[in-house]
Amino acid sequence: MIRFENVSVTYGDAGAPPTVSGVDLTVPEGELVLLVGPSGVGKSTLLGAVSGLVPHFTGGTLRGRVTVDGRDTRTHKPRELADVVGTVGQDPLAHFVTDTVEDELAYGMESLGLAPAVMRRRVEETLDLLGLAELRDRPLATLSGGQRQRVAIGSVLTPHPKVLVLDEPTSALDPAAAEEVLAVLQRLVHDLGTTVLMAEHRLERVVQYADRVVLMPAPGEPSVTGAPADVMSFSPVRPPVVALGRLAGWTPLPLSVRDARRNAGELRTRLEGVSPPARVSGPAARAVDASAARAVDAAAADPAARDGKGDLVAGSGPGAGVRAGRAPAAEADRPEAAGGIERTAPRSAPAGAGAAAASARGLASPAASGPASRRRPGARGRTAALFRWLGRGRSARGGEPAGRPHDPAVLAEVARLGVRHGRIEALRRVDLSVAPGETVALMGRNGAGKSTLLGSLVGMVEPASGTVRVGGRTPHRTPPAELVRRVALVPQEPRDLLYADTVGAECAAADADAGAEPGTCRGLVSSLLPGVADDTHPRDLSEGQRLALALAIVLTARPPLLLLDEPTRGLDYAAKSRLVAVLRGLAAEGHGIVLATHDVELAAEIADRVVILAGGEVVADGPTADVVVSSPAFAPQVAKILAPQPWLTVAQVEAAL
Amino acid sequence: MTGPPVPAPPDGPEQPAGHRLLGGVPRPRPAGPEPGTHPGPGSGRSDESGAAHGRGGNASAEGERGAREIGARRPGETERAAGRAAEGRRGESGGRGFGRAPRERRPLGGALRAPRAGRSNALHAGAWWVWALGLATAASRTTNPLLLGMLVGVAGYVVAARRTDAPWARSYGAFVKLGLAVIVVRLVFSAVLGSPVPGTHVLLTLPEVPLPDWAQGVRLGGRVTAEQLVFALYDGAKLATLLICLGAANALANPARLLKSLPGALYEAGVAVVVAMTFAPNMVADVLRLRTARRLRGRPTGGVKAVLQIGLPVLEGALERSVAVAASMDARGYGRTAQVPPAVRHTTTALTLGGLLGVCAGSYGLLAAEGAGYGLPVLLGGFAAALGGLWLGGRRQVRTRYRPDRWGPRAWLVAGSGVVVAALMIRAGTYEPLALHPGVVPLTAPSLPLWPAAAVLVGLLPAFVAPVPPKESSS
Repeated sequence: MIRFENVSVTYGDAGAPPTVSGVDLTVPEGELVLLVGPSGVGKSTLLGAVSGLVPHFTGGTLRGRVTVDGRDTRTHKPRELADVVGTVGQDPLAHFVTDTVEDELAYGMESLGLAPAVMRRRVEETLDLLGLAELRDRPLATLSGGQRQRVAIGSVLTPHPKVLVLDEPTSALDPAAAEEVLAVLQRLVHDLGTTVLMAEHRLERVVQYADRVVLMPAPGEPSVTGAPADVMSFSPVRPPVVALGRLAGWTPLPLSVRDARRNAGELRTRLEGVSPPARVSGPAARAVDASAARAVDAAAADPAARDGKGDLVAGSGPGAGVRAGRAPAAEADRPEAAGGIERTAPRSAPAGAGAAAASARGLASPAASGPASRRRPGARGRTAALFRWLGRGRSARGGEPAGRPHDPAVLAEVARLGVRHGRIEALRRVDLSVAPGETVALMGRNGAGKSTLLGSLVGMVEPASGTVRVGGRTPHRTPPAELVRRVALVPQEPRDLLYADTVGAECAAADADAGAEPGTCRGLVSSLLPGVADDTHPRDLSEGQRLALALAIVLTARPPLLLLDEPTRGLDYAAKSRLVAVLRGLAAEGHGIVLATHDVELAAEIADRVVILAGGEVVADGPTADVVVSSPAFAPQVAKILAPQPWLTVAQVEAAL
Repeated sequence: MTGPPVPAPPDGPEQPAGHRLLGGVPRPRPAGPEPGTHPGPGSGRSDESGAAHGRGGNASAEGERGAREIGARRPGETERAAGRAAEGRRGESGGRGFGRAPRERRPLGGALRAPRAGRSNALHAGAWWVWALGLATAASRTTNPLLLGMLVGVAGYVVAARRTDAPWARSYGAFVKLGLAVIVVRLVFSAVLGSPVPGTHVLLTLPEVPLPDWAQGVRLGGRVTAEQLVFALYDGAKLATLLICLGAANALANPARLLKSLPGALYEAGVAVVVAMTFAPNMVADVLRLRTARRLRGRPTGGVKAVLQIGLPVLEGALERSVAVAASMDARGYGRTAQVPPAVRHTTTALTLGGLLGVCAGSYGLLAAEGAGYGLPVLLGGFAAALGGLWLGGRRQVRTRYRPDRWGPRAWLVAGSGVVVAALMIRAGTYEPLALHPGVVPLTAPSLPLWPAAAVLVGLLPAFVAPVPPKESSS
């Protein structure tokens, strides 16, 4: 159906290195073929070549031959291939031409000049096929991400193309919406015999659906085509299920959770009795473990407790000291209580004992906290209030005034926050608090209020009710220049933060904005993003590099609290693991991190705590393992495979084996 | 069996619009009678839909849920579910209006009641414009504040009754504010700059600015009389009413749909305009987003500097998006043309160019003193040639139109009501000129002339005949 014969694409001058070179590839009819590889390897270029947009629309030189259903893209313009190829790009919103769902579905057919009766029938069929019937009159701008993606796919399906080309169809979607889209794709392949060529970074979502995988290992290297299991066995990019399979030596290599679970019985028995480390790795986890042990030991003797704390503070910096008092495994729901304890602990001996006792109780055992957290969502508000009260009482007994503005142990505190956008209540009675060194993942479907919550923490959104305190200040009333020293947000589109036309100018501006010494930002950039020249234009950076640049810019003012909105969107595995390392390092330095993400694997890797939002309310808040393991949508693959055991990542399992 | 634009009989208020539309789904049906899906009129609706839905229940109540279920279901199941839901709908279209669940509030003339608006019975956008222009014409014929107030009231009532939640529908408020601003500006100018209206009731005397000789005839400050203010008020009110009528059309008619009614040769231009229109709101959103993003860099979000600094990124963003949309349009077949013989192509060009030239020459002839004789025929000829060019040009188009708005009886009524208002008001201008233009010198209280007032009320008709937009359609 699709044939690439020795295809090379060069953009720009003839002397420039080719973006894609020497690709030979045949996609037979009715197959779902997945294009895999790191960013910048030319996946989008290859996809564009199928629809003829490369080179007719984008410019550049294409050598070799691309034929689709027997039509050579050299002689056929994209519009003349429109009846054979349907293309959906990365951003569905940029794909839309009209303004309502139904018109959008009909647009392609109108261009092809189909008879009105045929158009009407196909629109109705497509509405049913993609489950869009109730959205038919809705303006496209009001749709959620998953709905948009489905409309975009529907809009290219109505002309009945033989080939569907998709560039990262699930990257921007929450897990449930991604499954919706993938179910539709599978249905097209199975029932209608559509050929699908798709590029996607989130392999854990798609690899099980692929008939074949084309691996593009690195720019300039030849591509490898094969059955998914074969390619995954040596691919440098792989989903956790494959990584676990390779670790456990399963053959054939499982691609889906279901296959893996069948093999996993033996692994589960081996892991029986071993409990996963409280946190995957890094100094933080160790510090916490140590502190827990000490705290329990010290519960009897006050001076010992203080010594224990002192040791930790001396040993691993103030961040770790604060963390020590916290019990990340079980304290999630009573941050105020924990905060109160931490405050009091180092100052007076009796309070120190109380802290130790409380920590010991908090850390009692992950097993005990499991059911408790599952119980929590219902009675959450009350429990939180109770613990807040308890925390106050305790700190009062310890001779400390409660609720001081500059509380070093709580970076941000959100209480009963309500936010309205016009008539829509985007957030309702949301409570959240973030401690230094803690990483919190906000999850929930598109439009659940994650970005709004982050926005209210940086004062971009004004609360309608409730309070937001960040570093003792109310964000939306704090002048921006002051706020950047307390909290930083990397928005969903890091480009929004970049105004200058070189990296160097951007850094200089960031130093000036933050009042930092000249060179601070550049130093951060060099550490996060080695090998980027000062005169590079920010737009020429890859997604991951741009994210790192934005991160460096907002970190210039040394804010203790860092917020990230969808940081892994469009990142390949390598960029993602670099990001994970950076974030872990920041957390170990004592930064509090809140990230809104759909990426369950990312949350499993770095989050201490997961907060799930639905319809603007917090429906779950607890340690990652407790919240995530039992959830069908938010569980990472390893958790699904090894359930009911609370393992989250391959690294955890590897460490335990 | 193509989707009939059903001027649907009244439907229950809780029924979703999209759902009813599915009543017109063309689906191959077996020729024979289908027990269960084709109940006779009046046959028990509940058991029929119960059979069709399996676990559904009443089809009219369950339709929406059924549709949602489809979205949530796994692929294998979807087909059957879709079939089931469609059966439910089909059954419903067969038995529509009969044996509906008992419902009070069935006002008079069920069949005449305005239906719930949907795609298939959407009122032609042109009808709203004709109606609004009719009201505007009427407004331009009178300065009677009572009549103008009635016109504003009529337009406002219809807008309140029939506007949707769509973004363009929110522009009405802006037009009303603009109208008020016009009145205020008119009053201020009249007070400050004086007015030729003679008057005796001096309200106050502003300090007069002495002006040099060459500025004779211009006055700054001075006496302000009640008469001149009333005159300015009437005049401003007329202009404001005109604006509000246009605002009503803007709020009620979807501009994109209006552009879609353009002739084929202009279609591509129409699409370009539609795309441009969707870009304006996107750019505004970009500006807002980038301005708030400045906060993240520790810079103030307000001020001219902020706007200047984000100007370039916003333009870049808009440019990138337009390139993306252009790519999408290209990949989806925009600009495919049919092969037409060269003769036709050349004729098209000649007709269009010649026609336009003719129109120019003709208008010149009409306006210039010496060419009155040939002006009109040349103008008409040029016009005809240009139309012919457009028509021939349309033959290159392969594109077809999906569910264009149809000009149905309700559109006639809506457009007609506007025309009637305009015509009656123009007529009233001949027999009751004084009532339409109440005097200001001497000051008299305006009276409400009976017949013109009744004529204005005709403009309320759309509030009863136009399809009712669904409440909170997008939530």
